[in-house]
Amino acid sequence: MQDLLYFSQQLINGLTIGSTYALIAIGYTMVYGIIGMINFAHGEIYMIGAYTALIAITGLATLGIAWLPLILIVALLCAIIVSSSMGWAVERVAYRPVRGRHRLIPLISAIGMSIFLQNYVHLAQGSRNIGFPALIDGSFRFGSGEGFQMSISYMQITIFITTLICMTVLSLFISRSRIGRACRAVSQDLGMANLLGIDTNRIISATFVIGAALAAVAGLLLGMYYGSVDPLFGFIAGLKAFTAAVLGGIGSIPGAMLGGLILGVAESMTSGYLSGEYKDVVAFSLLILILLFKPTGLLGKPEVEKI
Amino acid sequence: MAAHNVKHALFCAVVTLVVAYPILGLNLVAQGTRVGLEGADASTIIIIFLASVAVFAFQLYRDTIMASLSKAPRLNPLAGREPMPQARRVKLESWVLTGIIVLALFWPFFVSRGSVDLATLVLIYVMLALGLNVVVGLAGLLDLGYVAFYAVGAYTFALLSQYMGISFWMALPLGALFAALFGLVLGFPVLRLRGDYLAIVTLGFGEIIRILLNNWTAVTGGPNGIGGIPEPTLFGMEFGRRVKEEGNTSFHDTFGIAYSGEHKVIFLYLIALVLAVITALVIRRLMRMPVGRAWEALREDEIAARSLGLSRTAVKLSAFTIGAFFAGFAGTVFASKQGFISPESFVFLESAIILAIVVLGGMGSQLGVILAAIAVTILPELAREFSDYRMLVFGAAMVLMMVWRPQGLMPMRRTHIELKRQE
Amino acid sequence: MLDVQNLSMRFGGLLAVDQVSLDIQEHEIVSVIGPNGAGKTTVFNCLSGFYKPTGGKILFEGREVQGKPDYKISRLGMVRTFQHVRLFNQMSVVENLLVAQHRHLNTNLLAGLIKTPNYREREKKSLDRAAYWLDRVGLLELANRDAGNLAYGQQRRLEIARCMVTEPKLLMLDEPAAGLNPAETKELNQLIVSLKEDYNVSVLLIEHDMSLVMDISDRITVINQGRPLASGTPSEVRQNDDVIKAYLGEA
Repeated sequence: MQDLLYFSQQLINGLTIGSTYALIAIGYTMVYGIIGMINFAHGEIYMIGAYTALIAITGLATLGIAWLPLILIVALLCAIIVSSSMGWAVERVAYRPVRGRHRLIPLISAIGMSIFLQNYVHLAQGSRNIGFPALIDGSFRFGSGEGFQMSISYMQITIFITTLICMTVLSLFISRSRIGRACRAVSQDLGMANLLGIDTNRIISATFVIGAALAAVAGLLLGMYYGSVDPLFGFIAGLKAFTAAVLGGIGSIPGAMLGGLILGVAESMTSGYLSGEYKDVVAFSLLILILLFKPTGLLGKPEVEKI
Repeated sequence: MAAHNVKHALFCAVVTLVVAYPILGLNLVAQGTRVGLEGADASTIIIIFLASVAVFAFQLYRDTIMASLSKAPRLNPLAGREPMPQARRVKLESWVLTGIIVLALFWPFFVSRGSVDLATLVLIYVMLALGLNVVVGLAGLLDLGYVAFYAVGAYTFALLSQYMGISFWMALPLGALFAALFGLVLGFPVLRLRGDYLAIVTLGFGEIIRILLNNWTAVTGGPNGIGGIPEPTLFGMEFGRRVKEEGNTSFHDTFGIAYSGEHKVIFLYLIALVLAVITALVIRRLMRMPVGRAWEALREDEIAARSLGLSRTAVKLSAFTIGAFFAGFAGTVFASKQGFISPESFVFLESAIILAIVVLGGMGSQLGVILAAIAVTILPELAREFSDYRMLVFGAAMVLMMVWRPQGLMPMRRTHIELKRQE
Repeated sequence: MLDVQNLSMRFGGLLAVDQVSLDIQEHEIVSVIGPNGAGKTTVFNCLSGFYKPTGGKILFEGREVQGKPDYKISRLGMVRTFQHVRLFNQMSVVENLLVAQHRHLNTNLLAGLIKTPNYREREKKSLDRAAYWLDRVGLLELANRDAGNLAYGQQRRLEIARCMVTEPKLLMLDEPAAGLNPAETKELNQLIVSLKEDYNVSVLLIEHDMSLVMDISDRITVINQGRPLASGTPSEVRQNDDVIKAYLGEA
């Protein structure tokens, strides 16, 4: 019973973290699906989302507003607006001019952008980590008073529900809306979509904006969950989310969700049963193994080399 | 002026505001255990506003500005001139290079200890950048975990000296070979991956190695690192005030001169110089050999290279291994120079700096990479206030280079090959 | 020399090549023709090892080579060109030919670093061979240009020269005349015939325009929608009803 509770606790922690990885991973997978590049700066967009949310929360607190739903909604909106604008601007400045060139060039440009954004926030907000207020407190507890107690915090439930809502809205958007359909067309065949009169530049911008918005949501959620942010906050999370995207099959949106959850659980099991120090090692090893043995991921389509 | 243009320009200006104001204009400050918010000073706000106006103006007149830019006369007066004849150029180049090396040999005797120390660091970066240039610039493999091989070199020396008392001269080849072995073993499975996946996987490897160094406390000392790494000796002569190793003599006693801490610094500098020159020469030679051409062929068109009988794995692996070898070289020198190493020195940022050097200098171009290594290492030291902005500028420079001049500041020049008509 | 038996290639649900057989004797020019999308290039990709065929056998000089890695097949003496020219664009013209002769990288690293006499000798030989072939295709004057800066017709010839320096037994050309004007096409056909006559290589040609290969081919195989339609001498093929139907259907 004790063991089962402990196991369930790890599982729940893993699913919580994993669902936020999935949110970030969507950004990688959509961009990759459409223009075939790794948006290396995506982790930084997510970090900026977290910072913006924190700034909004602090600002509201300074103004004396204490009604929780209002705080959360304002923080979420601010984060989404700033991150999306950032995502749009990054594509415009660093990726569009180099689109279609040798594969290394957009990638190096993206790495440059990532370094730039990291240091932009570092210079503006300092390099120390800043406390993120725990706005959602409390938890459900299970188990006897003596031994191990399993707890599901309200925060974890919030993360879970928010992610679920985001994913549902995204799926509906992709399948129903005009832009969503155009997105799918462009990811099938960019040149063809262009010929059919789809404004591919706009669609590409839209993917960046959507990805950034979801990353911003993850930024707010994880900021609250971890209780602090710093300029390097996005780097590792970005890598993890990328791993999730690859794990699920890059280019596939359901794949990103699945990959995120699997990675989250794998990590929390490692911290729970081995040591927290090695959870990053597990994530990266998983990435390497997947790329070596099943580069198309779990739900990805095989790619035929064009000659 | 189309209305559409105005709308777009306005949109861009608003985005600039949105992107800049919350992060730059509102600063989070810790107040005890709580976090407060402060507005930035007036000048920052004005700059943000001006930037947004500038973006508006630029987007509004974008077409006109771009057109006049392309029409503007070339700023470089040399741009239009005929290239020098091959023979003369080669001669001139070799004279200039010899001159630089001679100057570099004597220069440390006339400057301060701090400058020499910095110069040694520059040379270490030159070695690293030349090595990475093989991997990224020539073979076109984006390695984001290059620093791992640097770490392997440094830790090989540190551990061997700690546990087996091995000297610098023994460790130098061992460190390089061990790093190369690492490159070979790590490279073998991952090199068949496509370019962008390879980048991420190497990044992952770099992080794994750092995490292992950090946590394998029993052997590596964890975050505390390893100290007491010996300095190099000159034919059994030590450069310390007192002789540490049985059987060695000390440099100042042998030559009957007064002890000076500078001797050691200069000696290390000279070793680094010689090694950097060797690195440059060896790679230069490799570039003109079959293996070097195969690297470039694979970068240019992998499918065509395979169709001509080049084994993708063998070619990539050779580039990866040779790159790692020189990183190991640099790592050993670094460990000896610092006398102490810890995982702190081998973070991703370091890989990014080396990559920035290669990209700025011009992928594939040796001279460009050497000059970029010097500039990137020295500029932040010359202008201390600049050093905070160093990485910001590097990041921006990488983006700008890719957009405007992907071939780098000094693009690689192809060697001219004379051919005789065959009967 | 090359014997292809019942070659099939399936991509997911799509059967791109279905039971294609063909053979090439020594000293022969054989063409594979068919309308666009007939699966010609897929056949080529299977022969040259870029794809692993899902069925059938490929025998080269009696050895089974299907499923072997591309570079090994090339080293056996089957070398190909590409429908869209694939040169090493940022390397010079002569370097393109040198790379092709470096298939065996075990030109010992150390020997090259210290320039042993043996190494120099080999280097000189490859330079001479490069010069010979550049002269042969009329590109000697442009030897130090970047390959990417050549005119299209020149790039096509360079690609063929690059195959020839590897001293192949079988040369496989994928639509070599695509994008060339009639004069260039004629010149190219003469070159191909001379490769067979003077250098003793067999040639496998892919072309979708039948008229281009009629004069130079010894035999022709026609495929349509991945299936073999007819094969025989040019005149036999020309009179074949199925072939006429397929081509008229396309037009």
